[in-house]
Amino acid sequence: MNIALTHLQRLEAESIHIFREVAASFSKPVMLYSVGKDSSVLMHLAMKAFYPAKPPFPFLHVDTTWKFREMIAFRDQMAQKLGFDLLVHVNEDGVRDNINPFDHGSNTHTHVMKTVALRQALDKYGFDAAFGGARRDEEKSRAKERIFSFRNAQHAWDPKNQRPEMWKIFNTRIAPGESIRVFPLSNWTELDIWQYILQESIPIVPLYFAKERPVVERDGMLILKDDDRMQLRPGEAVENRLVRFRTLGCYPLTGAIESDADTLEAIVGEMLTARTSERQGRLIDRDEAGSMEKKKREGYF
Amino acid sequence: MRHILAKSLAPTDSIRDYMAAQEKKSLLRFLTCGSVDDGKSTLIGRLLSDTKQIFEDQLAALERDSRKHGTTGDDVDFALLVDGLEAEREQGITIDVAYRFFATPKRKFIVADTPGHEQYTRNMATGASTADLAIVLIDARQGVLRQTRRHSIIASLLGIRHIVLAVNKIDLVGFDKTVFDQIVADYSQFAQSLGFTSVVPIPMSARFGDNVTSRSERSPWYSGPSLIEHLETVSVDEAAVELPFRFPVQYVNRPNLDFRGFAGTIASGTVSQGDEVVVAKSGRASRVKRIVAHGGDLEQAVAGQAVTLVLEDEVEVSRGNVLVSPAARPQVADQFAANIVWFDEQALLPGRSYILRTETDQVSATVTDLKYRVNVNDFAHEAAKSLDLNEVGVCNLSTRAPIAFDPFAENRTTGAFILIDRISNATVGAGMILHSLRRAENIHWQSLDVGKRGRSDLKNQRSAVFWFTGLSGSGKSTIANLFEKKLFASGRHTYILDGDNVRHGLNRDLGFTDADRVENIRRVAEVAKLMADAGLIVIVSFISPFSAERRMARELMTDGEFVEVFVDTPFEECARRDPKGLYARALSGEIKNFTGVDSPYEAPENPEIHLETLGKTAEEMVEALEHWLNERDIAEDQYDNGGGI
Repeated sequence: MNIALTHLQRLEAESIHIFREVAASFSKPVMLYSVGKDSSVLMHLAMKAFYPAKPPFPFLHVDTTWKFREMIAFRDQMAQKLGFDLLVHVNEDGVRDNINPFDHGSNTHTHVMKTVALRQALDKYGFDAAFGGARRDEEKSRAKERIFSFRNAQHAWDPKNQRPEMWKIFNTRIAPGESIRVFPLSNWTELDIWQYILQESIPIVPLYFAKERPVVERDGMLILKDDDRMQLRPGEAVENRLVRFRTLGCYPLTGAIESDADTLEAIVGEMLTARTSERQGRLIDRDEAGSMEKKKREGYF
Repeated sequence: MRHILAKSLAPTDSIRDYMAAQEKKSLLRFLTCGSVDDGKSTLIGRLLSDTKQIFEDQLAALERDSRKHGTTGDDVDFALLVDGLEAEREQGITIDVAYRFFATPKRKFIVADTPGHEQYTRNMATGASTADLAIVLIDARQGVLRQTRRHSIIASLLGIRHIVLAVNKIDLVGFDKTVFDQIVADYSQFAQSLGFTSVVPIPMSARFGDNVTSRSERSPWYSGPSLIEHLETVSVDEAAVELPFRFPVQYVNRPNLDFRGFAGTIASGTVSQGDEVVVAKSGRASRVKRIVAHGGDLEQAVAGQAVTLVLEDEVEVSRGNVLVSPAARPQVADQFAANIVWFDEQALLPGRSYILRTETDQVSATVTDLKYRVNVNDFAHEAAKSLDLNEVGVCNLSTRAPIAFDPFAENRTTGAFILIDRISNATVGAGMILHSLRRAENIHWQSLDVGKRGRSDLKNQRSAVFWFTGLSGSGKSTIANLFEKKLFASGRHTYILDGDNVRHGLNRDLGFTDADRVENIRRVAEVAKLMADAGLIVIVSFISPFSAERRMARELMTDGEFVEVFVDTPFEECARRDPKGLYARALSGEIKNFTGVDSPYEAPENPEIHLETLGKTAEEMVEALEHWLNERDIAEDQYDNGGGI
């Protein structure tokens, strides 16, 4: 047999190791499931890590109520198919106040419906470790974060005072109320993710594949008009265009790209010639310099 | 921008071929280190840029940032690509390690950009611990500095064997060969005792790209490889597969009674179905029955793979133990010497107790002797009473229980550990094991007054009273007996007080009225107290239905010593099991005052341990008890800081 592990085998083994370390060291872990491609890979790895058992933790989706409808359908379908324990949390205060990305802007919407909602859910269930699908190649402040990233009782990250992280020896000790965010995909790149999805035939939300979709051009982005809550501004029109999404989030904040890549092979091919980063399609990262770090310090994933 | 080009375009019809080629590329993990302002972040920015890893939107952001925070005038400041924290951009320094990824047609790379400031040395160590090669940058105008030496020593201690000596900013000394040669001579002289396999010096300008991706015309006297050429070709294979088999058990996977698998990542060597393996700490042998992986069993697995092993026999293995090759076993010891790098503002003090963590094991540890501190300037071994922040030294350590390990020089995975502060939970140090110590050589027991603490210390344990309460037939005795067996096997000193047995002797004069039940418990509690005072771990297995008596027993013991274990089996299930036929007789009225039938059972409200037995094996419940005991011992030891606080 071939002794040398391939690049993806190596990444896979590292992620599985991280999953097991959490299951063995924490009393109440949870996996944050955001329904995107990274979450799909994360879920696949969790299934592998504990086979033949099921992952010994529930999956939590923080629903901002503004996700693409296809994401919600896919989420429920996966939960049923794989039989995992799915928790869905919505910030009901935000719903009551009708917080939304159109009237309140991406910053307030994301803070209330995502960051605060996440903190609520973690407190409600008393989770002491939470897996997320963030990768270090996504963004500059993520590149600085540990695999086991400590959060104080207020869920805050202190980037200037991170625990040293030596070898594969993870310090999992925390005091009551504190928690650890765990990133099994830290060392994966966007290309690795797509190659792995292709290699393992991992199901993903169809929005990643090119299709004619009704979009509106707004602020330089192509926004999919996913439901009637999106009101057209003067001069705007809905057009059917051949588009797909490189990342998925709240539909009013996620730009589509024009593409005819309707297979995984074509997506990987497109990736190889991409001239912009995937987060360019995310409105929330562009609000201000260092915005990701700021959100993370407040408890965002 | 002359450096930013579109990525090379692969024909879409051959994506799978392309991927297959990608998969065959090897991976090199390296770090950049050296003193402040030697240009580490700039070099990485240059590497990313010249290997076309920077997207257009990132470049646009970089140009904006450069105007705002840049230190390079009108040029793009590449350091801002990696200095991702706000504080870093504002201060123009690197605080923490950043991981970046790039690939060339020949190899994939993960690079750790580490800070040069002395106060952030621990972040440099973090980056170095997973690297196989270090680029040590030197400012050609400054030469070898204190941080150059410190980082080189730490890289060496952490097992890095390949160094690129990047003599940077060579443009600022006019590409002067004599400057370069002098720095190379200085460094070589210093580094000769550090055990590096290769030291490759390259004159460089990270800012302008000289000798980074291709040989520069501006240094015609230099005939070696460019940085990228060297990184693409240097061989760093440690060949972990060739070392003896080591499998640190990370997680016991037991979804049902028919499957018991040991999950972990193979640290070294290979394993095949049918191989004989030995449990490192107990010496028990078994064979590998299955190598379980999602998608089908494997016949063989190798170092680096995360698998689940099923053994032929029911041998005792839990997290922290190591499955090993019978022919080449690791050391198992509770005394050893190690190199320590200290990360914390609070100095390392001999005598203070820390939590020692290996990849999967965790145990209380004390530094018994600080043998010397290493002076980073001249390698002198200096006598020291403590190790301060960022200092390096050699220590003897003593652990509460033996751990399985190899010397770090032989195995980077099984020879490493971290030290954790018991109160703050901070990671305060990193250790690389040198060798084990014979107990007599090393440890000097302090003379102790004979007392509970002394007696239990002598047994290398802490006294405890595990008080099992629950209905008749709930499984108390079964669990208690198995628990004692396991404790005994791990060298603990124990005694079981069982309801039935005590009633045959000490309490033969007592019946089953409420008053007699209270007296029964009182006597047993007093006996348990005496035994705890003798340093034993006492297991009391009594129905003990009344919470008042259990409280009385608790108050007899010292804080943290009494462990109420609620063996929670529903009445219906106990009556169904009825191992002694008592429920049948009680329900028919033949026996009076039977707990649960016509005498109440007051369930504990806040037991230390609550065992819900339905659908679980005694084995699983005993594991929960063992886990609790280990955690308590670790927590208790924080009051054990004999030295120097």
